[in-house]
Amino acid sequence: MALLKTSKRARRRPPEERRRRRPERPPQSMVAGPAAASGAKPPIVELKEATVVYPGGHVALERVSLAIGRGEFAFVVGPTGCGKSTLIKLLIRELEPAGGKVMIAGRDINRMKDSRVPMLRRRIGTVFQDFKLLQNRTVYDNVAYALQVIGASRAQIRRQVPDAIRLVGLQAKIHNYPDQLSGGEQQRVSIARAFVNHPPLLLADEPTGNLDPVTSIGIMQLLYRINRTGTTVLVVTHDRDMVDKMRRRVIALEEGRLVRDHAESGYTHESTTEFAVRVRAEMGVGDEGQTNGESH
Amino acid sequence: MGRITFFVAEAFRALGRSAAPSVAAIVTVAVTTLLLGVLIPVLRASESTTQEVRSQISLDVWLYDDATKRNIRDLRAEIEAIPGVAGTEFVSKREGKQIVIERLDDPGAFAELNRNPLPNKFTVELSSPDNLTSVSAALQPPDESGEPQPIRPIIESVREAREEATEITQVTGAVTIVLVVIAVLLLVASLLLIANTIRLSIYARRREVEVMRLVGATNWFVRWPFVIEGVLVGIIGAGIAVAILWLGKVTIVDPLADNFALIHNFSTVGFPFLVGMLVAAAVLVSALGSGITLRRFLRV
Repeated sequence: MALLKTSKRARRRPPEERRRRRPERPPQSMVAGPAAASGAKPPIVELKEATVVYPGGHVALERVSLAIGRGEFAFVVGPTGCGKSTLIKLLIRELEPAGGKVMIAGRDINRMKDSRVPMLRRRIGTVFQDFKLLQNRTVYDNVAYALQVIGASRAQIRRQVPDAIRLVGLQAKIHNYPDQLSGGEQQRVSIARAFVNHPPLLLADEPTGNLDPVTSIGIMQLLYRINRTGTTVLVVTHDRDMVDKMRRRVIALEEGRLVRDHAESGYTHESTTEFAVRVRAEMGVGDEGQTNGESH
Repeated sequence: MGRITFFVAEAFRALGRSAAPSVAAIVTVAVTTLLLGVLIPVLRASESTTQEVRSQISLDVWLYDDATKRNIRDLRAEIEAIPGVAGTEFVSKREGKQIVIERLDDPGAFAELNRNPLPNKFTVELSSPDNLTSVSAALQPPDESGEPQPIRPIIESVREAREEATEITQVTGAVTIVLVVIAVLLLVASLLLIANTIRLSIYARRREVEVMRLVGATNWFVRWPFVIEGVLVGIIGAGIAVAILWLGKVTIVDPLADNFALIHNFSTVGFPFLVGMLVAAAVLVSALGSGITLRRFLRV
């Protein structure tokens, strides 16, 4: 219902205002501006003593407490099986904690009605290691699908999909099928799909897990660009090496427990290009990977 | 509007992709619908035949020969006062003899008997065959020892055509039950096959379902394409069956009906009504089949 209202409002908006609207537009409810992190608003993600126990008794997360502010770019690292993916599942309410609380934008998501869960997921973009693209649809249709299935109007789809594809730099391959794309390009499509509805929070589960280092930097740069639009980005990865070069907040998990939460300051205002150049230099890879659609 | 187009497009896409199970389900639905299309008119016909037989059921009240006309008149009034009696017909000894002679087609049937052995009798017409027992009991209520005693001394006996009637009812009842059981089994088979088709379709489209859930499609948005897919199977199957039924009607039943009054009487259900009923049943069954599978295999 709320969705119908939104699309009607969009239709009524005068065209010049519509054109002015950029993908960077901060989304309504969980507004994330550059200064929002320091504001009085609750953190966008907050875990309070969250414990997850899988059937069979395996404890995947044990009393994990953390808070991620609006507009942050944070990493969750740890070896395989440390509970990183469980964390993502917890945040989109695919799993419910055995104990503790999971708050998104100040709301306990395990106390909301089942019928509201789709609305929660509309405000959270998700990116996975295996891309989860639909092989029988083109790049455009894959991205459009995310809007179609939440009942968006055709006008909204025609407006937002090309924007998202341009953001990830795939406008030249808009009519290609996923199997005609490289791994990095497929991950870009999946990021475009996750971001097409401008969610205030983007979760990425091993987004570079299947990619070589050069391509990985491109993907990280893209995620950083999205972060610069005000979206909170949380990346889960086991690639500790890469994360160390990012100079961002790192949350380390081990055997389901939070063992380190370290934020490095001084790098949060670099541009996406500065970011890419610095990371490439620190990783010791050349410039040959700069085919990521960066327009400046 | 955009959504409905999306749902239908998704359903057709799914049908085209999983062609083999879809075809199996469509064929089963077609066969079931076809059999139902034959069974329903046959059931209706056999039911109306049973009704006819049962409406002929009556009671015969045999009288002693020494009953006076006054006794008979009184008894007639008494019988007609019993609830459930539609009317009485008095058949005298002589009329009875005529009936027997006509039936045997032998004028000399009674020649060797020097008297008419047939009694005077009343044939009691019942307003409904179900009243047989109660009317019979009213004519001869049981005495203290439990033996039935006629209400008048002039009644020799009360005879029922009951045994034959029960037999006829039982036979037609058994036929009806067998046909209904077959129909139900076929319906269950179609239901399960549609459920299976949808299950395979869910499996084939698990990635779509996964993506839909991740980007926040509502439960019904995920389910609708599958329900529509099931209903499409139902409609296509029913369509094939109706086409075959129509062919059968035009080429076999209609020409025969012109020649045989019996078959003509059999078409107790109007064809458009029958078609409407069959399509409705097919759609209902397929929607149910999809629904069951979605509940079991599509936790969203």
